[in-house]
Amino acid sequence: MFGAPVQRREDPRLVSGNGRYLDDLGQDALAAAFVRSPYAHARILDIDVTDAIDIPGVIAIYTHEDLDGKTAERLPLLIPHPDLTNPMTGYCLSREVVKHVGEAVAMVVATDRYVAEDACERIKVDYEQLPVVVGLEKSRAAEVLVHAEAPGNIAAHMVQEVGDTAAAIAAAPHRLTLSLQIERSASMPMEGRGVYARWDSDEQSIRLYSSTQTSTGVRAAVAAKLGMPLAKVECIAPDVGGGFGVKIVHPWPEEVLIPWAARRLDAEVKWVEDRREHFISSAHERAQLQDIEVGFDDAGRVLGLSVKFWHDNGAYTPYGIIVPIITSTQLLGPYKPGAYRVEFFSMYTNTVMVTPYRGAGRPQGVFAMERTMDAIADYLGLDRTDVRSANFIQVEDMPYDHGLLFQDGRPLMYDSGDFPASLAKLKELVGWDDFAAYRTQAVAEGRRVGLGIGCYVEGTGVGPYEGGHIQIETSGRVNVSTGLTSQGQGHQTVFAQIVADELGVPIEDVFVTTGDTRRFGYAVGTFASRAAVISGNAIALAARSVREKALRIAGEALEVDPGDLEIIDGIVRVKGDPESSIALATVAVMSNPLRYAFDESAQAATQFAHTGAMDYSKPPVADGEEPGLEGKGYYSPTRATFANGMHAAIVETDPQTAEIKILRYCVIHDCGRMINPMIVEGQVHGGVAQGVGGALYERMVYDDAGQLLNASFMDFLMPYASEVPHIETDHLETPSPLNSLGIKGAGEAGTIPVSAVIASAIEDAEGFPITSMPISPDELWNLRRQHADGLIPDLRRGSRTMATTTRATTNATTTPNA
Amino acid sequence: MSEILRTDVEPLVEITMRVNGVKHTAGVPTRRLLSDFLRHELRLTGTHVGCEHGVCGACTVLFDGAPMRSCLMFAVTAQDHEITTVEGLAQPVNGAETPTMSPVQQAFIECHGLQCGFCTPGFLTTITAYLKENPDPTETEAREAISGNLCRCTGYQNIVKSVLRAAEIANERGDSA
Amino acid sequence: MKPSTFVHHAPRSVDEALAALAEFGHDGKVLAGGQSLIPILNMRLASPGHLVDINRVAGLDMVEITPDGVHIGALVRHAQLERHDGAFAHLPLLRQALVNVAHPVIRNRGTTVGSIAHADPSGEMPAVLALTSGYVDVASSRGTRTVAAKDFFLGPLESCLAEDEMATGASFGRFPAGTGTAFAESTRRHGDYALAGVAAAVTVIDGVITAARASFVSVTPTPDVLDLSDLLAGIAPQDCDWAKASDMAIAHVDPDTDIHASADYRRMLVGVLVARVLAEAASNATASAATNATASAATDATGA
Repeated sequence: MFGAPVQRREDPRLVSGNGRYLDDLGQDALAAAFVRSPYAHARILDIDVTDAIDIPGVIAIYTHEDLDGKTAERLPLLIPHPDLTNPMTGYCLSREVVKHVGEAVAMVVATDRYVAEDACERIKVDYEQLPVVVGLEKSRAAEVLVHAEAPGNIAAHMVQEVGDTAAAIAAAPHRLTLSLQIERSASMPMEGRGVYARWDSDEQSIRLYSSTQTSTGVRAAVAAKLGMPLAKVECIAPDVGGGFGVKIVHPWPEEVLIPWAARRLDAEVKWVEDRREHFISSAHERAQLQDIEVGFDDAGRVLGLSVKFWHDNGAYTPYGIIVPIITSTQLLGPYKPGAYRVEFFSMYTNTVMVTPYRGAGRPQGVFAMERTMDAIADYLGLDRTDVRSANFIQVEDMPYDHGLLFQDGRPLMYDSGDFPASLAKLKELVGWDDFAAYRTQAVAEGRRVGLGIGCYVEGTGVGPYEGGHIQIETSGRVNVSTGLTSQGQGHQTVFAQIVADELGVPIEDVFVTTGDTRRFGYAVGTFASRAAVISGNAIALAARSVREKALRIAGEALEVDPGDLEIIDGIVRVKGDPESSIALATVAVMSNPLRYAFDESAQAATQFAHTGAMDYSKPPVADGEEPGLEGKGYYSPTRATFANGMHAAIVETDPQTAEIKILRYCVIHDCGRMINPMIVEGQVHGGVAQGVGGALYERMVYDDAGQLLNASFMDFLMPYASEVPHIETDHLETPSPLNSLGIKGAGEAGTIPVSAVIASAIEDAEGFPITSMPISPDELWNLRRQHADGLIPDLRRGSRTMATTTRATTNATTTPNA
Repeated sequence: MSEILRTDVEPLVEITMRVNGVKHTAGVPTRRLLSDFLRHELRLTGTHVGCEHGVCGACTVLFDGAPMRSCLMFAVTAQDHEITTVEGLAQPVNGAETPTMSPVQQAFIECHGLQCGFCTPGFLTTITAYLKENPDPTETEAREAISGNLCRCTGYQNIVKSVLRAAEIANERGDSA
Repeated sequence: MKPSTFVHHAPRSVDEALAALAEFGHDGKVLAGGQSLIPILNMRLASPGHLVDINRVAGLDMVEITPDGVHIGALVRHAQLERHDGAFAHLPLLRQALVNVAHPVIRNRGTTVGSIAHADPSGEMPAVLALTSGYVDVASSRGTRTVAAKDFFLGPLESCLAEDEMATGASFGRFPAGTGTAFAESTRRHGDYALAGVAAAVTVIDGVITAARASFVSVTPTPDVLDLSDLLAGIAPQDCDWAKASDMAIAHVDPDTDIHASADYRRMLVGVLVARVLAEAASNATASAATNATASAATDATGA
């Protein structure tokens, strides 16, 4: 099963409309809606609910004044860091001041969402507007502060250095500087956030459902905020319609307020965000300004690399500085620069907060590094793959310690990877060496084409841990649970594959539960491409523990050494003597000595049912043993395991309209051994599509007043199938030496280098540098004009990329076959 | 005009429509969107809501056989019409008692055409209708046919494959998608 | 995003609909396809107290081919008109434009007359109505009137319809024999609103252009018609310097800058699209003239 493209166990349910997403639950619950700030920075002078409270169907209206205990305090700082000197988190409901458009100011609970929105409309909030800071330039200038507690609008300032970078750069034969920019985008799952809470007044307990990536995180945070024992709060992640990072943040104000209201009202309460709410009150990511200085030799080897960047973290920092730390460290990619210095400022603006979105800072780091590599190659007149090769960490260098601390607080040490092999495969897949001829032909046809490349390394499988629990029922059913969550990664399938292999049971007998604190209480969450690695390995350990116990019990029953037994299709049998066997189901019966048989098969475990001699000096359950055929395992990695990938793209730009079309997109990825190659490939496809969105279409547009101008799918342009090219993939497997399954994470792979690759390709087509992404046809057209006016320099190799023609091509040009 | 039933929270209007072959009568507020009616009054939660402005397509149902956005229709307008949701796509095959997966549903499973599954019902209805009119699309046509629905998980590659595979399965079964 | 409440009127005849509008039109809207209106209602950008839902009104779903052109009722869905082979044969520009309206699923519900009444400068069908010298049938309890395209659109999202009036139909005029048409628009994504769009009709008689007209999408506040006949008349299509026509079009349009594209970029697009669309229309004229040589005399009509 391991390594097989098994069809997903989730699918029959989901394609028949039998998913159970958050809003499918709690059909009779009261509905919540929020009054959200229409201003980016304002003092709340008064909230008048008189016109709203008497609307039929309105049950309650709450503002910050109504909050009690810890719910009135700020939301937690999830990941503190010594360099995060001026952190700031928000309140569940705004207290005195709002810091971005979309902040929740008042909560209405009503019989249904329509009525709740009616009430929200009638609530009058009196605001005194305050000056607004939008964009990194304005934040840096710090003429206006977002938070008085954060001088210079600086939340954090961090420097990491290995070697003497200034000296290395000064001594280098060649030097270049680059200024780069990436704009804000967002996870934007198709299902927004949602919370559904049931208060049980008999038990004085809360059962909470949330469309979250961490049910254990939400549970703990909610228990803390509501002043309840952990034992009285359970949190379940139901089917979740996508996360991509935004749902790892917790607790959202709503995750606290909904159970709080449920308890207060002794009722079921549910909140399901609408799309506009998601745009203005969840989280965004990506915006950075980057200044790079690099010193290199004649072969393009980087002798010193100094990166300084400003990261827009929005109005609050609950997730700390993980994203810019990842940028800082993952920027190095598959390369070993002589000396490296990275400095960042994490800056406040009056906008939605910034927390991880698939890639989580890596796309920005890769952009910086890969633009630099291209610039070096151009400067020296060398092939872009040759320059990269000259800088690669080699196989014999592994494990390679960069001398930095990664986002898990542990050494940035690459465990395995064969970058030269990845590159060779990529060059073959895209036909790197044939491109010059292809371009010549295209130019003759009046077309403008370019080839781009981007390489990345991704630290996956960060800790602290995950756990797995397996229980084999007397029916033979194998129950598997792990505490982290699922948002479409096929966990119910891939974890079942692992168990099927480890236990020797049919996969149809294996049932996996994720994200339910009632079933598994210790977990971290699904993010950072860690689920397969961490939970996969934990579940494997649990399975081995169960297997060992099963073989021991079966060995005793069959009177053979457990080492002589194997398990095939759920039957334990003697190797070479299949008649001598006992079903795992029966082993499960036998593992739990009973007084009361609950069914016929259970009779075999009752106290009078034994056959053969009995040792009456031994208790039915031996010392140190537990009844039942169960096993638990935890996997806690010493450090991350590093996957890698390389992408290449061929783009065509219209000589007149500057419309951009991706003709081919090629992916080489290496995530070690793959549990289910079909699922891994699906993850890559999805990541590439988000990457294409981020490269060519998606950008959060804030005006100077802090209004998000494109807070809908009409104007925030996510790609349809028509915008995503056919994706060609091939893979390598350099197993991870850090875990017994040899696997590395794959979830974010597709997204990470795409902006770098597309920029590289467009630059190659146009003959001038592309330093800012995303790029639209209008922006490219403008750059062409600036270039024609001499405001943007040529690439040194620019002359061969210009196609001089007036022949019009259209957005509907058919793609030449690869 | 339909009869106004009562006015506790807001006036309700009685409407009748056939959904997946079953006639339903219910009292709904005039402003109740068809998407919400299907999901909450009829408890057919297979149809999903992603945007409520008609762009994402997750709410697409078949309205008298033609795919339409249920978030852009009021339940009262759908009075007396025939709606098919994702729950109604499976059909009895070869006289069997229990419905089996339709060719489109089957194809999605075979081709890994879904990940989180949230957008999937909208694709399934859209593609089901499309294949009835175009039973043998090329890959380019298949991609165009699905270019009005958003998916954030799959990158569309396997959904295109699913369209083509669904056409094959329908052909193999000797019936329509 | 849920709409505010409203009283729902479901008239079964035009007269019933007009009576409802007469009484409630000051605080009401007509609901036909709803593909433009309902997003607005869901976002609470408008909260009319009354919706006059005309989806049950009899007799509004006809597509009629007349010697003068194509007439459609208010309930003709975009998809219906798009697929109508008779309409396509009579006036190919309809389908040429309709395939660019949003996505097929939206076209299954949205109505062409509704689109015209909505008067969105980014709408394709208002531009087609203008180019075909079309008319809108307007009715109220006070009577009926026919309004020419040039008088129907007053400004962005503003038509001449009074509060108590509804559009019951629209007529697209037929082009004279020897006319070819074409339509093109540039969008960011498939199915999006156009950054710029052009519809053109070029008449070619005996191998030379005798008339050429264009209308625009997204770059003029209302759809109007640019007559390029003087510039191009007497020239054979293969000898045309479309660049001059492009320049004229660029001077004519008045695009805005928004988050998707600047006015300058849109002007450039207009220039590119005009050249392409004129050439294509001329080519279609020549092609259809070749196949319809014997039939052209019988179908000669006004409407230019």
